[in-house]
Amino acid sequence: MNNTMIKVDNLTYEYTNNEDKTNIALDNVSLEIEKGEFVVVLGHNGSGKSTFAKHINALLLPTKGNIYVNGMNTQDEEKLWDIRQTAGMVFQNPDNQLVATIVEEDVAFGPENQGIEPKEIRRRVDRALEIVEMTKYKEHAPHLLSGGQKQRIAIAGVLAMNPECIVFDEPTAMLDPSGRIEVMNTIKKLNKEEGKTIVHITHYMDEAVEADRIIVMEEGKVVLEGTPKEVFSQVDKMKEYGLDIPQVTELSYKLRSEGIELPLDVLTVEEMVKLI
Amino acid sequence: MLKNITIGQYFPGKTIIHKLDPRIKILITLLFIFSLFFIDSFTPYLFVVAFILTSVGLSKVPLKFILKGLKPLLIIIMITFLINAILTPGEVLYRLGPVKITIEGLRQATFMALRLIFLIVGTSLLTLTTSPISLTDGIEKLLNPFKRIGLPAHELAMMMTIALRFIPTLLEETDKIMKAQMARGADFESGNIMNRAKSLVPLLVPLFISAFRRADELAMAMEARCYRGGDNRTRMKELSLEIRDYLALGISFVLLGIIILFRYFI
Repeated sequence: MNNTMIKVDNLTYEYTNNEDKTNIALDNVSLEIEKGEFVVVLGHNGSGKSTFAKHINALLLPTKGNIYVNGMNTQDEEKLWDIRQTAGMVFQNPDNQLVATIVEEDVAFGPENQGIEPKEIRRRVDRALEIVEMTKYKEHAPHLLSGGQKQRIAIAGVLAMNPECIVFDEPTAMLDPSGRIEVMNTIKKLNKEEGKTIVHITHYMDEAVEADRIIVMEEGKVVLEGTPKEVFSQVDKMKEYGLDIPQVTELSYKLRSEGIELPLDVLTVEEMVKLI
Repeated sequence: MLKNITIGQYFPGKTIIHKLDPRIKILITLLFIFSLFFIDSFTPYLFVVAFILTSVGLSKVPLKFILKGLKPLLIIIMITFLINAILTPGEVLYRLGPVKITIEGLRQATFMALRLIFLIVGTSLLTLTTSPISLTDGIEKLLNPFKRIGLPAHELAMMMTIALRFIPTLLEETDKIMKAQMARGADFESGNIMNRAKSLVPLLVPLFISAFRRADELAMAMEARCYRGGDNRTRMKELSLEIRDYLALGISFVLLGIIILFRYFI
């Protein structure tokens, strides 16, 4: 009956900075994310996208408005741990979210906090490591792994808590290109094979191409929303918000302004090749 | 330069020493330290050496690796040796101005230096063969009875785990900041102690700032993973005592017994 994973209702978040000035990080945001959806939130620094992510996990509470995770209001303190269990979160810096000195112990950290039976934890840890393809590193020390591997461990740590939804707060921002590919493949796998709802926050356009839906944020507001094709075809608007568009779309845009008839919603090289 | 600290470093393995229950290993180490301070002659050291060598042999940690851990503490050992050699009264062996080395002094100095070395080797064997997480687990369990008098056992253990987790990360970072400062002309290696201490300021300030930022982010990540202190927490690996644990503990008591025997009866 209920297909909504996250429901954001007139969410406003204000904070006071050092000089006692009130800043508005999120300004009356309303949106819904369905179960099983792969949503990418785009926006450049200071657009409020990270603040938004932290609201889903109840790490931040709204100043005004409400946000519901699987029907639970994040302001309801009794539901706090249920919410955090339902919506897991992966952060930007892979180093600063690993707690333990052995990979499998770190993956076990979440379920241990939930008070789950040791045998069940073991099962979940093995399964989570299998999904992120890090089983053979389970007894390694995390600081000896590459950035992409560390981030996959962090993902496994969240997975072991059996969340329905995973929020990724710029998980690829500190990784090298190969690490980014590893992490993106894992994220896509979680969505396609494990059926997890994904909220992926990023400023890399090419990571947004395969999303079900893109939400563009600017100064705490949702300014654009739609499928990748709908969003990226609004080239002028995207540029106005200081965002890039995928290279192929850019190319098609330039060719069009030279008078060559091409659709604007070309996103991948393959599509482009077919068109030409 | 920062890479050769072995104290607190884990040497992975699957030997019987590695498999011992961490609680037992901590107890044995405490017993071992206790025994060392009971010794007042050289003969019992033979048993200590035998005990250490057997443990090291069983643990398959290369002896070289353990001896490397002694290096940073060499100065302390030398100072102990010198002070003991000079300050013990007795038959003078060698005199240089007001400083005189006595036979008793040399004996005492060797004795103390050996005690220190055994102490370090014994305790580093504990950290080398016990993963930090099971070590903290062991400490937590051992301290549990003191919870009733207000000792925050779980919090202490968690702090230790995190400290151990971040030692390599912060070392790496120190290295990076140092190189960055050196690239801009900073000099960490020359000058007297005062100058050197001063040159550390531009290293420590960014290091501390980044450590605090890390702490902030880690706290958030832990909360996001439902961390709410030690209550109702379960563990993936539960500790259980087996025959080998009782056996190891027994052997350590035998060592203590022998040493006490030497002290009071021989």
